[in-house]
Amino acid sequence: MPKTLFDKIWDAHEVAEGLLYVDLHLVHEVTSPQAFESLRLAGRPVRRPDRTLATADHNVPTDGSSAAAQIRDRLSRVQVETLERNCREFGVPVYSLGSERQGIVHVIGPELGVTQPGMTIVCGDSHTSTHGAFGALAFGIGTSEVEHVLATQTLQQRKPRSMRIRYEGELGHGVTAKDLVLGTIGRIGVDGGVGHVIEYAGPPIERLSMEGRMTVCNMTIEGGGRAGMIAPDDTTFEWVEGREAAPDPLPLGEWRELRSDDGARFDTEVVIDASALSPQVTWGTTPGMVVDVTGAVPEPSHEGEQRALDYMALEAGTPMSEIKLDRVFIGSCTNSRIGDLREAAEVVKGHRVASSVNAMVVPGSQRVKAQAEAEGLDEVFRAAGFDWRSAGCSMCLGMNPDIAAPGERVASTSNRNFEGRQGRGARSHLVSPKMAAAAAIEGRFVDIRTWEG
Amino acid sequence: MEPVRLIEGAVSVLDRDDVDTDQIIPKQFLKRVERTGFGEFLFHDWAKQPGWELPSNPILATGRNFGCGSSREHAPWALEDYGFEAIVAPSFADIFYSNCTKIGLLPVVLAEDDVRDLMAAGHARIDLEEQEIAFGGRQLQFEIDPETARRLLEGLDDIGVTLQQLDAIERYEAERERTGPVTTTV
Repeated sequence: MPKTLFDKIWDAHEVAEGLLYVDLHLVHEVTSPQAFESLRLAGRPVRRPDRTLATADHNVPTDGSSAAAQIRDRLSRVQVETLERNCREFGVPVYSLGSERQGIVHVIGPELGVTQPGMTIVCGDSHTSTHGAFGALAFGIGTSEVEHVLATQTLQQRKPRSMRIRYEGELGHGVTAKDLVLGTIGRIGVDGGVGHVIEYAGPPIERLSMEGRMTVCNMTIEGGGRAGMIAPDDTTFEWVEGREAAPDPLPLGEWRELRSDDGARFDTEVVIDASALSPQVTWGTTPGMVVDVTGAVPEPSHEGEQRALDYMALEAGTPMSEIKLDRVFIGSCTNSRIGDLREAAEVVKGHRVASSVNAMVVPGSQRVKAQAEAEGLDEVFRAAGFDWRSAGCSMCLGMNPDIAAPGERVASTSNRNFEGRQGRGARSHLVSPKMAAAAAIEGRFVDIRTWEG
Repeated sequence: MEPVRLIEGAVSVLDRDDVDTDQIIPKQFLKRVERTGFGEFLFHDWAKQPGWELPSNPILATGRNFGCGSSREHAPWALEDYGFEAIVAPSFADIFYSNCTKIGLLPVVLAEDDVRDLMAAGHARIDLEEQEIAFGGRQLQFEIDPETARRLLEGLDDIGVTLQQLDAIERYEAERERTGPVTTTV
């Protein structure tokens, strides 16, 4: 019987019915302390430290601090120090502040090559779906499950349903992976993928870079999906080859089998015309409240949308291009990789950030930062008036000092525009790196396709 | 985990769809390294708004896609610490649903119209063993995965249950585990 990519990975990891083996467990400081503490109380060891990897990302300042002791916020400092201590005690490798490998957990996994096709990957973080870009089955779990995986290297799981989203046509000039996924969420809704593992397929997906594919899979959770995945191909193999943890040679024969067979059955199928997509901008307080940049703030169709408009201080009918911004944030596990920064720098080059805007770039990892600096991208951003920061989750969720003030309006390359996400009372609009860069310069949203700079 | 069997009492109403975990427990409270004490921060920002009312009751009735967004288990911890023992909604986000079942906070899925009736009824009795919820003179069945229900009913420790299958895990590791990546030698 023909199998989906998801079926193949699931079957290869089922230890017993409803018990799934985990090939890689990624850990960070926010969702792990209670799990380690419970292990300690129960006298249980970490079963497979060699399949576990930790980093500090959510809480870390992006001011260049090179040790946990330098973190000024006491609670953040304690949390990062607790991670370091737990990892030492349980033998788990950790890249904390000061390591040249530190960074956002979903950036460093692929970067080191520990994210590979065919794996099962979990992490106490909903954006674990990112790793599905490599043809892995990757999803977020809660702290109780983190403890369960630490203790047993397995997870109790009912098999989710499957969905395929197949794209046709071609993304237009200036329309990026971020616009593709925002447009998709706008179409299926923020609960459209609930209970499903989503495979993204079709020529527009095959043409995306690995960075673009990671952006798409990353935001699967914003459409409610359990995991997102893309069949690995030469683009994937070239990206993985030569990284520290990558096999040498790559098992290409095996990896090329990681695709949905012809005739494989999905529980749900969706087809989207990629040619019809424009650059996207969110207007409300869920990622599904999104319109074309050429559009306007819509009339609210229910109470939730009215509440969103009130929170966002927007009026229906206002053209998106008239929305003025206070801040721009380029970063997060969605859009902070070298390809994202190159795209933004290309837009920024030779321009100045609008005087009314406070703009920052936060590379996803220390390595992305070093690479960008080697290419002179930091100079491009600085010359334009951007603040060039060190690696971490930063203003995506504002657990560190990088937060927007009440009432401030932010163009952000991150993944969530929930109320208060980037700071209490702050108003977030999600966009692509190119769109964020152009918005920083103009102080309002512009259509990158027609913007002349 | 304490066994979950019967939950009876007044119903608190939060009539909103797509309530995300950032609202349930905002990020500034995720810096704690303990599992307890989150209840006082439940819906921290919304609770400051005029007209907000969410009494501490055994049951919370709410809208579609409850608990979407971040995987933070701090959200169910906060709801439980606040006093809720069951949450009834037309649908839940996957990770949130799973997190609730791990700590003994019972998520119950009912049709949207039935949730509306429950909100109006104001009082309910939930029997997990019978998979039944009674309110306003009505008795309805609800679906829950049998294995999840069993663990809740018996208050089982998930890790303890899995470790009963240690042989199967060891056999998997000996025969089927993939080669690498080895994180300790990267």
